[in-house]
Amino acid sequence: MRRVLGTLGLLLALMLAMSGCGGSKKSNSSSTDKVEPANISIWTPFVDPELKTFKAVVADFEKSHPGIHVKVVGGTNDDKIVAAIRGGNAPDVAQSFTSDNTGAFCPSGAWIDLSPYMKQDGVDDSVFPEAPRDYSKFEGTRCALPMLADTYGLYYNKTLLAKAGYKSPPKTISQLTAMAKKLTVRDSSGKLKVVGFNPFPSWYENVPAHFGPSWGATWMNGDKSALDTPAWADQLGWQKSLIDWYGYDDLVRFNAGAGDEFSASNAFETGKVAMHMDGEWRVAFLKREAPNLSYGTAPFPVADGHQDLSGAGYVTGSIIGIPKTSKHKDQAWLLVKYLGTNSNALAKLSNGIQNVPTTTASLESPLLQPLPGFQTFLDVFGNANTTTTPITRIGSANQETFQSFVGKYMSGSKTDLQGGLAGVDKQIDAQLKQAEAGQAP
Amino acid sequence: MSAPAANPPLLLDRTKAKRRAAWRRRGLVAAFMSPWILGFTIFFGYPLVFSAYLSFTHYDLLSPPRWIGLANYRYLFTTDQTVWPAVKNTLWFIAIAVPLQVLFALGISIMLSRARRGVGVFRTVFYLPALAPPVAATLGFVYLLNPATGPVNTVLGKLGIQGPLWFDSPQWAKPSLTLLALWGIGNTMIIFLAAVLDVPRHLYESAELDGAGAFARLRFVTLPTISPVILFAVVIGVIEGLQYFTQAYVAANVAGGSASYSAEGASELGYPEDSTLFYPILLYQQGFRYFNMGYASAMAMMLLAVAFAVTFVIVRHSRRFVHYQAPGR
Repeated sequence: MRRVLGTLGLLLALMLAMSGCGGSKKSNSSSTDKVEPANISIWTPFVDPELKTFKAVVADFEKSHPGIHVKVVGGTNDDKIVAAIRGGNAPDVAQSFTSDNTGAFCPSGAWIDLSPYMKQDGVDDSVFPEAPRDYSKFEGTRCALPMLADTYGLYYNKTLLAKAGYKSPPKTISQLTAMAKKLTVRDSSGKLKVVGFNPFPSWYENVPAHFGPSWGATWMNGDKSALDTPAWADQLGWQKSLIDWYGYDDLVRFNAGAGDEFSASNAFETGKVAMHMDGEWRVAFLKREAPNLSYGTAPFPVADGHQDLSGAGYVTGSIIGIPKTSKHKDQAWLLVKYLGTNSNALAKLSNGIQNVPTTTASLESPLLQPLPGFQTFLDVFGNANTTTTPITRIGSANQETFQSFVGKYMSGSKTDLQGGLAGVDKQIDAQLKQAEAGQAP
Repeated sequence: MSAPAANPPLLLDRTKAKRRAAWRRRGLVAAFMSPWILGFTIFFGYPLVFSAYLSFTHYDLLSPPRWIGLANYRYLFTTDQTVWPAVKNTLWFIAIAVPLQVLFALGISIMLSRARRGVGVFRTVFYLPALAPPVAATLGFVYLLNPATGPVNTVLGKLGIQGPLWFDSPQWAKPSLTLLALWGIGNTMIIFLAAVLDVPRHLYESAELDGAGAFARLRFVTLPTISPVILFAVVIGVIEGLQYFTQAYVAANVAGGSASYSAEGASELGYPEDSTLFYPILLYQQGFRYFNMGYASAMAMMLLAVAFAVTFVIVRHSRRFVHYQAPGR
């Protein structure tokens, strides 16, 4: 019995010791001009058909970097990346769709600091426009490069607009509202058949982060949450009044029958929604799933009195970095550098996937062949007023806390907007403080 | 050093032999128990101890845990505004869905025990839903109860009734989940059926002789006899209610139409309006979506304490209601 207990104790001790080990090796920052041949791996969330384009670009990299062979694994996500880093079997390069998690990857050292490599190879982060530059680093630590961005704008159904007598898309929120009402069609029983613009919270891409830039609304003031502002109050007030015009329950019923966002039954693609806020990727989806739909794109309308923000919008995107467990960091950096900064690679990715290329130079690449309608999103990306959400230690928790309140305000179960926003600020500040607890001062 | 008073050699040998035999026996017992001991220690004991330790740390899964004392518990009880709605939802489920499940399973098992014809068919039909994977069953219910296109509301519409918004309404989301739970009651029903069929016939006969009607037989014969099984179903139901996750997670995500391509978009956990944000869902959100594993561990410790306390209270108070048959009868 004693022996059994002894063995058990040993086993327990071993497991405790293992769980405490980070297994990080010191980064080797030797010259990357001539690196050893190696087999490396990259994980990407892309799945077919996007994955095909991604693999083709990686194959180009292999051609221009003889001796480095890259295994591409598609369909991954951040949970898998975190689990693999903890298990010591993470890939040499990881791509994440969730730039909010930069706040987890950078300060923990889970993705290594790329600055030494960048300095060594003369890559300055000014090659990226400001917003992607911001969402790929945290408190001065650059552990990732942006790789392809998503920008948001307005899609409109030209046929439906023409039928209602409109020749051009709305430029301001009041125009959007008037047009949305005129474009809305109900059947004899009052059921919504066509919705001019669907403002329902959290429906498809309807989150505060995507609407905010049109009102000049921002998230933080220093290190404190600052959502209790006139800009957010205006944005939410507009959204609520349009929802009330439709009738909240009517919109719920409409949404339930509207089809999944990422399917061929998407409400805009089937003509059930006349104007729609969406990301640039929709251009590729429309080409594939609704080739006969006559549509146009424009920057999202701006709040009245904010004409200075015309042409701007929201941007976020993928990030790419090197997990600390990589055994071939020098080779991995070459791939990160290639995918993150090579204009030809970014142009080719953009053409195939219809995402926005992320360096200022690649926006001018002669290889870039935007589909009709895509140029809008390139312009939004390049606009100086385009903004992103701040990267914090709590990932997307601040946005989700805010969305939770917005949902209740829109349905009418919470009515005090000012008090609610102040409450959300308080809650987010508490989350931030909680995440920082126990930090070395 | 002086030698101890020597026992007669024969007695010493016999004692030694006895001791050896005792050790061998213990060794054998330990060897037979070792698969369980190992499994219990590795898969239950170790995670439990480690989770308790993590609850006193800030741990983001990526950097080593930092000791922060009681800060997670303080945050849980005094600051986090999402905890109480989640606790309320979980309590709602335990107070409403669990008793309904027990009643429903009991009712069906009593009816099945009376069936004269097609017994096998009925038992299979009522048990079958328990075999459906929870995710598939939830997807099916979300489809059936879709307020716009679902068959249930379509039929109601034909009858001139505007059906509720089901999974899309904060008032109806939990009742919809309760319907799903009642549909999948097979496992509890089978246990009840076995217990009901096991009630000695002679008890019914003597009750009938005493003039007991159907209700009196149920009240004074069936229920007391199967009361240990009812207790079992209640305790298991409450523990499962405290851990309720899969169906609520799937229903919220599907009905909420989530899965933003860019992944930073809408999160539908708790949709609509946090009405399906049960405690374990909040725990999952904190631990695996926000990488806040220290706090999630503190939440898990509280869940363990509550599950333990509730079970203790139920079992303690059950003595008044639960009737155990004397052995050998």
